[in-house]
Amino acid sequence: MELTVNIKSENENQVVIAIAGEIDAHTAPQLREELFGVDLNSIQEAVLDLSNVGYMDSTGIGVIVAFYKNGIAKNSEVKLVGLSPRLKRLFDITGLSGIIHVEEA
Amino acid sequence: MLAIQAQYKELLSQYLKHQTERNLYLGQNFSRLFVRKNITPEEVISIHKKALEEMDAVTSAEIFTSFEFLTEFMIQYGLALRDHKILLEQQEEMKHEIELAAKVQNTMLRTESANLDGIDIGYLSKPAGQMNGDYVYFQSDDTDYLGVGVADVVGKGIPAALCMSMVKNGLDTLGQTNISPAYALDVLNRIVVKSIADHMFISMFYGRYDNETSLFTYASAGHEPALYYNSEEQKFYDLDQANGLLLGILPDVHYLEGNIELKQNDLIIIMTDGVTECRTDEERFLTREELTEFIFEVIDEPPEQLVRSVYRRLEKFQSFHQRDDFTLAVIKKL
Repeated sequence: MELTVNIKSENENQVVIAIAGEIDAHTAPQLREELFGVDLNSIQEAVLDLSNVGYMDSTGIGVIVAFYKNGIAKNSEVKLVGLSPRLKRLFDITGLSGIIHVEEA
Repeated sequence: MLAIQAQYKELLSQYLKHQTERNLYLGQNFSRLFVRKNITPEEVISIHKKALEEMDAVTSAEIFTSFEFLTEFMIQYGLALRDHKILLEQQEEMKHEIELAAKVQNTMLRTESANLDGIDIGYLSKPAGQMNGDYVYFQSDDTDYLGVGVADVVGKGIPAALCMSMVKNGLDTLGQTNISPAYALDVLNRIVVKSIADHMFISMFYGRYDNETSLFTYASAGHEPALYYNSEEQKFYDLDQANGLLLGILPDVHYLEGNIELKQNDLIIIMTDGVTECRTDEERFLTREELTEFIFEVIDEPPEQLVRSVYRRLEKFQSFHQRDDFTLAVIKKL
Protein backbone atom coordinates (compact mmCIF):
# COMPACT_ATOMS: atom_id res chain seq x y z
CA MET A 1 0.00 0.00 0.00
CA GLU A 2 1.14 3.50 -0.79
CA LEU A 3 2.23 6.05 1.78
CA THR A 4 1.93 9.76 1.25
CA VAL A 5 3.84 12.28 3.31
CA ASN A 6 2.97 15.93 3.16
CA ILE A 7 5.37 18.31 4.87
CA LYS A 8 4.12 21.83 5.53
CA SER A 9 5.74 24.71 7.39
CA GLU A 10 3.00 26.23 9.55
CA ASN A 11 5.26 29.06 10.67
CA GLU A 12 8.98 29.54 11.18
CA ASN A 13 8.94 27.48 14.38
CA GLN A 14 6.66 24.62 13.46
CA VAL A 15 6.44 21.97 10.76
CA VAL A 16 3.38 19.75 10.31
CA ILE A 17 3.97 16.41 8.65
CA ALA A 18 0.75 14.74 7.51
CA ILE A 19 1.12 11.03 6.84
CA ALA A 20 -1.47 8.87 5.08
CA GLY A 21 -1.41 5.12 4.53
CA GLU A 22 0.10 2.17 6.38
CA ILE A 23 3.50 2.43 8.00
CA ASP A 24 5.08 -1.00 7.80
CA ALA A 25 8.31 -2.66 6.70
CA HIS A 26 7.57 -1.72 3.08
CA THR A 27 6.76 1.96 3.58
CA ALA A 28 8.99 2.72 6.60
CA PRO A 29 12.13 3.37 4.51
CA GLN A 30 10.22 5.99 2.49
CA LEU A 31 8.98 7.69 5.66
CA ARG A 32 12.49 7.63 7.16
CA GLU A 33 13.79 9.26 4.00
CA GLU A 34 11.12 12.00 4.04
CA LEU A 35 11.56 12.73 7.76
CA PHE A 36 15.29 12.91 7.23
CA GLY A 37 14.64 15.93 5.02
CA VAL A 38 13.02 17.86 7.89
CA ASP A 39 15.52 20.31 9.30
CA LEU A 40 14.96 19.92 13.04
CA ASN A 41 17.73 22.41 13.76
CA SER A 42 15.77 25.35 12.47
CA ILE A 43 12.39 24.66 14.12
CA GLN A 44 11.09 24.18 17.64
CA GLU A 45 8.33 21.71 16.96
CA ALA A 46 7.59 18.94 14.48
CA VAL A 47 4.02 17.63 14.52
CA LEU A 48 3.32 14.27 12.93
CA ASP A 49 -0.33 14.10 11.94
CA LEU A 50 -1.30 10.41 11.92
CA SER A 51 -5.05 10.92 11.35
CA ASN A 52 -4.87 8.97 8.11
CA VAL A 53 -2.61 6.19 9.29
CA GLY A 54 -4.66 3.02 9.75
CA TYR A 55 -1.85 0.72 10.71
CA MET A 56 1.68 0.95 12.01
CA ASP A 57 3.96 -1.96 12.80
CA SER A 58 7.14 -2.03 14.86
CA THR A 59 9.26 -0.91 11.91
CA GLY A 60 7.08 2.21 11.72
CA ILE A 61 7.54 2.79 15.45
CA GLY A 62 11.28 2.50 14.84
CA VAL A 63 11.15 5.38 12.34
CA ILE A 64 9.15 7.54 14.75
CA VAL A 65 11.52 6.74 17.62
CA ALA A 66 14.55 7.65 15.49
CA PHE A 67 12.86 10.94 14.52
CA TYR A 68 12.05 11.64 18.18
CA LYS A 69 15.67 10.95 19.23
CA ASN A 70 16.87 13.21 16.44
CA GLY A 71 14.51 15.88 17.78
CA ILE A 72 15.98 15.58 21.28
CA ALA A 73 19.50 15.90 19.89
CA LYS A 74 18.52 19.07 18.04
CA ASN A 75 16.34 20.66 20.73
CA SER A 76 13.16 20.28 18.79
CA GLU A 77 10.00 18.70 20.14
CA VAL A 78 8.33 15.90 18.20
CA LYS A 79 4.57 15.55 18.72
CA LEU A 80 2.15 12.96 17.40
CA VAL A 81 -1.49 13.92 16.77
CA GLY A 82 -4.59 12.27 15.35
CA LEU A 83 -3.90 8.78 16.67
CA SER A 84 -6.60 6.16 16.13
CA PRO A 85 -7.50 4.08 19.22
CA ARG A 86 -5.45 1.24 17.76
CA LEU A 87 -2.37 3.45 17.39
CA LYS A 88 -2.91 5.04 20.80
CA ARG A 89 -2.94 1.56 22.35
CA LEU A 90 0.32 0.78 20.53
CA PHE A 91 2.03 3.87 21.94
CA ASP A 92 0.65 3.13 25.42
CA ILE A 93 1.78 -0.49 25.45
CA THR A 94 5.26 0.37 24.20
CA GLY A 95 5.57 3.01 26.92
CA LEU A 96 6.32 5.61 24.25
CA SER A 97 3.31 7.77 25.16
CA GLY A 98 5.14 8.34 28.44
CA ILE A 99 8.01 10.12 26.68
CA ILE A 100 6.52 11.39 23.41
CA HIS A 101 3.58 13.79 23.38
CA VAL A 102 0.67 11.96 21.73
CA GLU A 103 -2.89 13.11 21.08
CA GLU A 104 -5.81 10.95 20.07
CA ALA A 105 -7.96 11.88 17.09
CA MET B 1 4.55 -1.25 -30.25
CA LEU B 2 3.51 0.27 -33.60
CA ALA B 3 6.06 3.04 -33.20
CA ILE B 4 8.72 0.48 -32.36
CA GLN B 5 7.80 -1.60 -35.40
CA ALA B 6 8.02 1.46 -37.65
CA GLN B 7 11.33 2.56 -36.21
CA TYR B 8 12.79 -0.93 -36.55
CA LYS B 9 11.75 -1.04 -40.19
CA GLU B 10 13.31 2.37 -40.78
CA LEU B 11 16.64 1.41 -39.17
CA LEU B 12 16.70 -1.94 -40.96
CA SER B 13 16.07 -0.44 -44.38
CA GLN B 14 18.80 2.15 -43.72
CA TYR B 15 21.14 -0.71 -42.94
CA LEU B 16 20.15 -2.67 -46.04
CA LYS B 17 20.88 0.41 -48.13
CA HIS B 18 24.19 1.24 -46.44
CA GLN B 19 25.87 -1.40 -44.34
CA THR B 20 27.89 1.07 -42.32
CA GLU B 21 29.17 0.80 -38.76
CA ARG B 22 27.05 3.79 -37.93
CA ASN B 23 23.82 2.14 -39.05
CA LEU B 24 24.71 -0.97 -37.11
CA TYR B 25 25.46 1.19 -34.10
CA LEU B 26 22.03 2.85 -34.33
CA GLY B 27 20.51 -0.64 -34.30
CA GLN B 28 22.58 -1.57 -31.25
CA ASN B 29 21.35 1.49 -29.37
CA PHE B 30 17.79 0.71 -30.29
CA SER B 31 18.19 -2.89 -29.10
CA ARG B 32 18.85 -1.67 -25.54
CA LEU B 33 15.40 -0.11 -25.52
CA PHE B 34 13.95 -3.48 -26.55
CA VAL B 35 15.45 -5.23 -23.53
CA ARG B 36 14.38 -2.41 -21.22
CA LYS B 37 10.82 -2.59 -22.52
CA ASN B 38 10.75 -6.34 -21.92
CA ILE B 39 10.24 -7.15 -25.58
CA THR B 40 10.95 -10.87 -25.88
CA PRO B 41 13.44 -12.33 -28.40
CA GLU B 42 10.60 -14.07 -30.26
CA GLU B 43 8.84 -10.73 -30.60
CA VAL B 44 12.02 -9.28 -32.10
CA ILE B 45 12.05 -12.05 -34.70
CA SER B 46 8.45 -11.33 -35.62
CA ILE B 47 9.13 -7.56 -35.75
CA HIS B 48 12.05 -8.34 -38.05
CA LYS B 49 9.94 -10.62 -40.24
CA LYS B 50 7.15 -8.08 -40.49
CA ALA B 51 9.60 -5.31 -41.42
CA LEU B 52 10.95 -7.41 -44.28
CA GLU B 53 7.41 -8.26 -45.44
CA GLU B 54 6.49 -4.59 -45.50
CA MET B 55 9.48 -3.64 -47.65
CA ASP B 56 9.13 -3.69 -51.40
CA ALA B 57 11.02 -6.22 -53.48
CA VAL B 58 13.50 -7.50 -50.94
CA THR B 59 16.14 -9.67 -52.56
CA SER B 60 17.35 -12.85 -50.97
CA ALA B 61 20.79 -11.23 -50.61
CA GLU B 62 19.18 -8.45 -48.59
CA ILE B 63 17.38 -10.95 -46.40
CA PHE B 64 20.73 -12.54 -45.80
CA THR B 65 22.26 -9.18 -44.86
CA SER B 66 19.32 -8.35 -42.60
CA PHE B 67 20.46 -11.13 -40.28
CA GLU B 68 23.56 -9.12 -39.41
CA PHE B 69 21.27 -6.37 -38.18
CA LEU B 70 19.14 -8.86 -36.24
CA THR B 71 22.27 -10.31 -34.64
CA GLU B 72 23.04 -6.91 -33.08
CA PHE B 73 19.73 -7.22 -31.24
CA MET B 74 20.40 -10.74 -30.10
CA ILE B 75 23.75 -9.66 -28.62
CA GLN B 76 21.83 -7.38 -26.27
CA TYR B 77 19.67 -10.30 -25.15
CA GLY B 78 22.78 -12.38 -24.66
CA LEU B 79 24.17 -9.72 -22.33
CA ALA B 80 20.89 -9.58 -20.41
CA LEU B 81 20.97 -13.36 -20.03
CA ARG B 82 24.52 -13.19 -18.70
CA ASP B 83 23.53 -10.50 -16.15
CA HIS B 84 20.58 -12.62 -15.14
CA LYS B 85 22.83 -15.62 -14.54
CA ILE B 86 25.20 -13.54 -12.41
CA LEU B 87 22.25 -12.31 -10.35
CA LEU B 88 21.01 -15.86 -9.88
CA GLU B 89 24.46 -16.91 -8.67
CA GLN B 90 24.60 -13.98 -6.25
CA GLN B 91 21.12 -14.82 -5.02
CA GLU B 92 22.18 -18.40 -4.48
CA GLU B 93 25.19 -17.23 -2.47
CA MET B 94 23.03 -14.97 -0.33
CA LYS B 95 20.53 -17.73 0.27
CA HIS B 96 23.38 -19.91 1.43
CA GLU B 97 24.64 -17.19 3.80
CA ILE B 98 21.16 -16.77 5.27
CA GLU B 99 20.84 -20.52 5.74
CA LEU B 100 24.13 -20.53 7.62
CA ALA B 101 23.00 -17.57 9.76
CA ALA B 102 19.72 -19.34 10.50
CA LYS B 103 21.70 -22.40 11.60
CA VAL B 104 23.88 -20.29 13.89
CA GLN B 105 20.73 -18.74 15.32
CA ASN B 106 19.18 -22.14 15.91
CA THR B 107 22.23 -23.21 17.88
CA MET B 108 22.99 -19.97 19.69
CA LEU B 109 19.43 -18.88 20.41
CA ARG B 110 17.84 -22.25 20.95
CA THR B 111 15.16 -22.15 23.59
CA GLU B 112 15.79 -24.62 26.34
CA SER B 113 12.67 -25.67 28.10
CA ALA B 114 12.55 -25.70 31.87
CA ASN B 115 11.20 -27.98 34.52
CA LEU B 116 9.44 -27.13 37.70
CA ASP B 117 7.19 -29.47 39.65
CA GLY B 118 3.57 -28.50 39.42
CA ILE B 119 4.06 -26.38 36.31
CA ASP B 120 3.53 -27.35 32.71
CA ILE B 121 5.14 -25.39 29.88
CA GLY B 122 4.40 -25.04 26.19
CA TYR B 123 5.89 -22.72 23.60
CA LEU B 124 6.06 -22.20 19.88
CA SER B 125 7.99 -19.64 17.85
CA LYS B 126 7.66 -19.55 14.07
CA PRO B 127 9.55 -16.98 11.99
CA ALA B 128 7.81 -15.40 8.99
CA GLY B 129 11.04 -15.84 7.01
CA GLN B 130 14.13 -17.89 7.71
CA MET B 131 15.42 -15.88 10.65
CA ASN B 132 13.44 -15.28 13.80
CA GLY B 133 13.12 -11.84 15.43
CA ASP B 134 11.21 -13.35 18.35
CA TYR B 135 12.79 -15.20 21.23
CA VAL B 136 11.56 -17.34 24.11
CA TYR B 137 13.72 -17.95 27.15
CA PHE B 138 13.14 -20.22 30.10
CA GLN B 139 15.22 -20.57 33.17
CA SER B 140 14.98 -23.12 35.95
CA ASP B 141 17.39 -24.58 38.48
CA ASP B 142 17.01 -26.55 41.68
CA THR B 143 15.11 -23.74 43.41
CA ASP B 144 11.36 -23.12 43.52
CA TYR B 145 11.56 -20.50 40.77
CA LEU B 146 10.95 -20.52 37.06
CA GLY B 147 11.88 -17.62 34.78
CA VAL B 148 10.23 -16.98 31.44
CA GLY B 149 11.01 -14.26 28.91
CA VAL B 150 9.50 -13.47 25.53
CA ALA B 151 11.15 -10.80 23.38
CA ASP B 152 10.54 -9.29 19.95
CA VAL B 153 13.06 -7.18 18.05
CA VAL B 154 11.83 -4.51 15.67
CA GLY B 155 11.91 -5.79 12.13
CA LYS B 156 12.66 -9.25 10.96
CA GLY B 157 15.50 -11.25 9.50
CA ILE B 158 19.22 -11.16 10.20
CA PRO B 159 19.53 -7.76 12.00
CA ALA B 160 16.72 -8.74 14.36
CA ALA B 161 18.29 -12.11 15.12
CA LEU B 162 21.68 -10.54 15.79
CA CYS B 163 20.13 -8.11 18.27
CA MET B 164 18.42 -10.94 20.06
CA SER B 165 21.71 -12.51 21.07
CA MET B 166 22.14 -9.50 23.40
CA VAL B 167 19.00 -10.48 25.27
CA LYS B 168 20.04 -14.10 25.57
CA ASN B 169 23.54 -13.22 26.78
CA GLY B 170 22.11 -10.71 29.24
CA LEU B 171 19.68 -13.21 30.70
CA ASP B 172 22.35 -15.92 30.85
CA THR B 173 24.62 -13.52 32.69
CA LEU B 174 21.91 -12.57 35.19
CA GLY B 175 21.73 -16.28 35.72
CA GLN B 176 19.45 -16.76 38.68
CA THR B 177 15.84 -17.84 38.48
CA ASN B 178 14.87 -15.86 41.55
CA ILE B 179 15.89 -12.56 39.98
CA SER B 180 13.26 -9.81 40.04
CA PRO B 181 11.68 -9.33 36.58
CA ALA B 182 11.85 -5.52 36.85
CA TYR B 183 15.55 -5.70 37.73
CA ALA B 184 16.17 -8.09 34.83
CA LEU B 185 14.62 -5.56 32.43
CA ASP B 186 16.56 -2.66 34.02
CA VAL B 187 19.81 -4.51 33.30
CA LEU B 188 18.82 -5.69 29.82
CA ASN B 189 17.81 -2.15 28.88
CA ARG B 190 21.22 -0.84 29.91
CA ILE B 191 22.90 -3.49 27.75
CA VAL B 192 20.63 -2.95 24.75
CA VAL B 193 20.60 0.86 24.77
CA LYS B 194 24.38 0.93 24.41
CA SER B 195 24.55 -1.26 21.36
CA ILE B 196 21.47 -0.55 19.30
CA ALA B 197 20.80 1.82 16.38
CA ASP B 198 18.38 4.74 16.78
CA HIS B 199 15.50 3.05 14.99
CA MET B 200 15.93 -0.30 16.71
CA PHE B 201 14.42 -1.52 19.95
CA ILE B 202 13.27 -4.69 21.64
CA SER B 203 9.99 -5.33 23.40
CA MET B 204 10.11 -7.87 26.16
CA PHE B 205 7.96 -9.52 28.77
CA TYR B 206 9.69 -11.20 31.67
CA GLY B 207 7.99 -13.24 34.36
CA ARG B 208 9.03 -15.29 37.35
CA TYR B 209 6.94 -17.97 38.99
CA ASP B 210 7.50 -18.87 42.61
CA ASN B 211 6.31 -22.37 43.36
CA GLU B 212 6.25 -21.81 47.08
CA THR B 213 3.87 -18.87 47.05
CA SER B 214 2.26 -19.64 43.62
CA LEU B 215 2.95 -16.01 42.73
CA PHE B 216 3.67 -15.03 39.15
CA THR B 217 5.60 -11.74 39.10
CA TYR B 218 6.04 -9.94 35.82
CA ALA B 219 7.37 -6.81 34.14
CA SER B 220 6.98 -5.56 30.61
CA ALA B 221 9.26 -3.47 28.43
CA GLY B 222 6.78 -2.22 25.87
CA HIS B 223 5.58 -5.72 25.16
CA GLU B 224 2.14 -6.93 24.18
CA PRO B 225 0.35 -7.64 27.52
CA ALA B 226 0.32 -11.32 28.45
CA LEU B 227 -2.99 -13.00 29.24
CA TYR B 228 -3.89 -14.53 32.56
CA TYR B 229 -6.58 -17.20 32.45
CA ASN B 230 -8.52 -17.70 35.65
CA SER B 231 -9.81 -21.23 35.39
CA GLU B 232 -12.37 -20.91 38.20
CA GLU B 233 -14.04 -17.89 36.56
CA GLN B 234 -13.23 -19.17 33.05
CA LYS B 235 -12.14 -15.66 32.21
CA PHE B 236 -9.11 -14.00 30.61
CA TYR B 237 -7.40 -10.90 32.02
CA ASP B 238 -4.70 -8.70 30.48
CA LEU B 239 -1.54 -8.53 32.58
CA ASP B 240 -1.15 -4.82 31.91
CA GLN B 241 -0.28 -3.51 35.36
CA ALA B 242 3.43 -3.21 34.65
CA ASN B 243 3.82 -1.54 31.26
CA GLY B 244 7.22 0.03 30.83
CA LEU B 245 9.23 1.52 27.99
CA LEU B 246 10.69 -0.58 25.16
CA LEU B 247 14.28 -1.76 25.65
CA GLY B 248 16.89 0.39 23.94
CA ILE B 249 15.16 3.80 23.87
CA LEU B 250 16.47 5.60 26.97
CA PRO B 251 19.45 4.72 29.18
CA ASP B 252 17.95 4.87 32.67
CA VAL B 253 14.62 3.18 32.89
CA HIS B 254 13.19 1.55 35.98
CA TYR B 255 10.56 -1.02 35.32
CA LEU B 256 7.52 -1.78 37.44
CA GLU B 257 6.26 -5.18 38.53
CA GLY B 258 2.87 -6.79 38.78
CA ASN B 259 1.82 -9.94 40.66
CA ILE B 260 -0.81 -12.55 40.20
CA GLU B 261 -1.45 -15.65 42.28
CA LEU B 262 -1.96 -18.77 40.19
CA LYS B 263 -4.45 -21.44 41.22
CA GLN B 264 -4.83 -24.91 39.80
CA ASN B 265 -5.35 -24.93 36.01
CA ASP B 266 -4.68 -21.20 35.71
CA LEU B 267 -2.64 -20.15 32.69
CA ILE B 268 -0.25 -17.39 31.72
CA ILE B 269 -0.14 -16.85 27.96
CA ILE B 270 2.68 -14.69 26.63
CA MET B 271 2.76 -13.72 22.97
CA THR B 272 4.30 -11.37 20.42
CA ASP B 273 2.54 -9.01 18.04
CA GLY B 274 2.76 -11.70 15.35
CA VAL B 275 -0.20 -13.16 17.25
CA THR B 276 -2.20 -10.06 18.10
CA GLU B 277 -1.71 -8.47 14.69
CA CYS B 278 -2.93 -11.44 12.67
CA ARG B 279 -5.04 -10.20 9.76
CA THR B 280 -7.49 -11.89 7.44
CA ASP B 281 -7.14 -11.63 3.66
CA GLU B 282 -9.61 -8.73 3.86
CA GLU B 283 -7.21 -6.89 6.18
CA ARG B 284 -9.38 -7.37 9.26
CA PHE B 285 -7.39 -7.62 12.47
CA LEU B 286 -7.84 -10.39 14.99
CA THR B 287 -9.76 -9.05 17.98
CA ARG B 288 -8.82 -9.86 21.54
CA GLU B 289 -12.19 -11.64 21.91
CA GLU B 290 -11.43 -13.89 18.95
CA LEU B 291 -7.99 -14.71 20.32
CA THR B 292 -9.30 -15.63 23.76
CA GLU B 293 -12.10 -17.62 22.13
CA PHE B 294 -9.58 -19.63 20.10
CA ILE B 295 -7.56 -20.27 23.24
CA PHE B 296 -10.64 -21.16 25.27
CA GLU B 297 -11.67 -23.79 22.69
CA VAL B 298 -8.51 -25.75 23.50
CA ILE B 299 -8.00 -24.62 27.09
CA ASP B 300 -7.96 -28.18 28.47
CA GLU B 301 -5.16 -29.34 26.21
CA PRO B 302 -1.68 -29.61 27.72
CA PRO B 303 0.24 -26.35 27.03
CA GLU B 304 2.54 -27.96 24.48
CA GLN B 305 -0.46 -29.04 22.45
CA LEU B 306 -2.44 -25.87 23.17
CA VAL B 307 0.12 -23.55 21.56
CA ARG B 308 0.13 -25.70 18.42
CA SER B 309 -3.67 -25.78 18.24
CA VAL B 310 -3.88 -21.98 18.60
CA TYR B 311 -1.17 -21.54 15.97
CA ARG B 312 -3.06 -23.76 13.51
CA ARG B 313 -6.28 -21.86 14.19
CA LEU B 314 -4.57 -18.52 13.57
CA GLU B 315 -2.86 -19.86 10.45
CA LYS B 316 -6.33 -20.50 9.10
CA PHE B 317 -7.56 -17.08 10.26
CA GLN B 318 -4.87 -15.34 8.20
CA SER B 319 -5.32 -17.75 5.27
CA PHE B 320 -1.86 -19.27 5.82
CA HIS B 321 -0.20 -15.97 5.04
CA GLN B 322 2.05 -15.33 8.05
CA ARG B 323 3.34 -11.74 7.91
CA ASP B 324 5.30 -11.54 11.13
CA ASP B 325 7.26 -13.77 13.45
CA PHE B 326 4.82 -15.62 15.67
CA THR B 327 5.45 -16.64 19.28
CA LEU B 328 3.29 -18.12 22.01
CA ALA B 329 4.49 -19.31 25.41
CA VAL B 330 2.18 -20.81 27.99
CA ILE B 331 2.70 -21.82 31.56
CA LYS B 332 0.06 -23.71 33.45
CA LYS B 333 -0.24 -24.46 37.13
CA LEU B 334 -1.15 -28.12 37.52
